[in-house]
Amino acid sequence: MSLQVVLDQDKCSGLGLCEAEAPEIFEVREDGSLAVLDETPADEHRMACEAAVAACPTEALRLIES
Amino acid sequence: MTVDHLVVVGASLAGIRAVESARKAGHTGRITLVGAEEHLPYDRPPLSKAFLEASEEAPADPRFRTEEHLRDELGVELRLGAPATGLDPKARLIALDDTEIGYDALVATTGGTARRLPGTDGIAGVHTLRTWDDAVAVRSALDAGARTVVIGAGFIGSEVASAARKRGLPATVVESLPVPLVRSVGEDMGHACAYLHRAHGTDLFCGATVLSLEQVDGRVTGVRLGDRSTVPADLVVVGIGVDPSTGWLEGSGLEVHERDHGVVADATLRCADGVYAAGDVVHFPNKLFDGEMMRLEHWTTAAEQGALAARNALDPDHATELGTVPYFWSDWYGSRIQFVGRPQADEIRVISAETGDARFLALYRRADRLVGTITIDRPTQIMKYKRLIATRASWAEALEFAGVG
Ligand SMILES: Cc1cc2nc3c(=O)[nH]c(=O)nc-3n(C[C@H](O)[C@H](O)[C@H](O)COP(=O)(O)OP(=O)(O)OC[C@H]3O[C@@H](n4cnc5c(N)ncnc54)[C@H](O)[C@@H]3O)c2cc1C
Ligand code: SF4
Repeated sequence: MSLQVVLDQDKCSGLGLCEAEAPEIFEVREDGSLAVLDETPADEHRMACEAAVAACPTEALRLIES
Repeated sequence: MTVDHLVVVGASLAGIRAVESARKAGHTGRITLVGAEEHLPYDRPPLSKAFLEASEEAPADPRFRTEEHLRDELGVELRLGAPATGLDPKARLIALDDTEIGYDALVATTGGTARRLPGTDGIAGVHTLRTWDDAVAVRSALDAGARTVVIGAGFIGSEVASAARKRGLPATVVESLPVPLVRSVGEDMGHACAYLHRAHGTDLFCGATVLSLEQVDGRVTGVRLGDRSTVPADLVVVGIGVDPSTGWLEGSGLEVHERDHGVVADATLRCADGVYAAGDVVHFPNKLFDGEMMRLEHWTTAAEQGALAARNALDPDHATELGTVPYFWSDWYGSRIQFVGRPQADEIRVISAETGDARFLALYRRADRLVGTITIDRPTQIMKYKRLIATRASWAEALEFAGVG
């Protein structure tokens, strides 16, 4: 099973709380938009990704098991 | 004892997170969510931001979840429009107006109420901005082209002024302190915030007191200041702070803070046997800041605490303590202000002034440690500072990271 990160650009307001939880996976760009650095993170990042999803105030992030 | 019935009092952000985390933690017993407002739980930050923008369509619905989702997916019994009026922690009972509810574990998430200006109740055109209903009223005043006066230069009031200016309406902010926001972010940052107002055409009167509101036929027409001048107004938004909603805890024996009557909890958010608290209502010792007591009015903390309080309430023997870096943001005039950590400091160093960068950056030092950072329009950096604070980075490390070490 592998993990996939899905970002809803319309909902994301670039606050970067996801980045605080999982800096290897998310980074807010200079223009305030969010870059998903790794859309299919390795399993070691699972906990951090779950924390990022929970921390997002706009519910812009989802994790899919594929 | 094992918990069967979890009762959450306060149906907002911390409350919904408590409910969701209880289910996620495997709680299969009853959950009752009690709320004073008629509305389903909704999100407040948009109410002073996108919600106030001019648009043809109705603003986005701020509710977190549908009633069906709460009832069917989360198995929550809703008691909305039903404020709790009392608590008996020994008997494990809460009182509502017409009935009592027994609980095995209770999470109190009653947040706060916006402070009003004495003697202004009932004057049309005068509002606070805390609830969805408040936001609807403020939005419709702006739609009608109101000349807007904000009393108190705090973050929410400043967002209202910004929304009025974005619509091209005249906006004035009246602040009693000489510099806005000094208490929450310090003097230099206060000046930077003052600059944002003035650069966007908002009149900012600092060190100004409000003598009275002028009204005609029960509707506000102006704000009279201490120097006897009058600022014309069709809409007055009072943003002078929030009082924790703990009236219902009177007589319960729970400790409330002498200053503001917020409820006092330990590091696991426990207030008494079986009673936990979360969100804007609670004072708690923050492990990450050596147990400093704090009560925060930040979205992220309320969400995090709501989830933790429920988990701890369900399993007190394995309760975990909260260590968290406070974080808040505010959007004015297209700029984003972001703050992490604590503003009370031995030194506040304005790095952007040293490096000649127009985008504000200041670092807050306590002893040898970085305890806070504030930025304006530096979205890529703020979370990196948050991590530095979370890992107890030294002042030297912080300065080096900022490029001035
Ligand atoms: C307009 C606005 C803009 C904001 N913008 C930002 C922002 O940009 N960034 C940020 O970090 N934070 C922001 N905040 C703060 C953030 O919204 C709060 O920190 C958060 O709402 C706190 O959640 P809470 O659940 O603790 O309390 P609240 O949201 O205050 O909810 C408490 C609930 O309890 C209910 N209640 C009260 N008494 C009783 C009772 N006796 N019985 C039953 N129910 C009761 C209330 O009706 C209310 O619904 C903003 C707040 C407002 C109002
Ligand atoms: S926390 Fe959510 S809103 Fe913020 S940058 Fe990440 S995805 Fe976007």
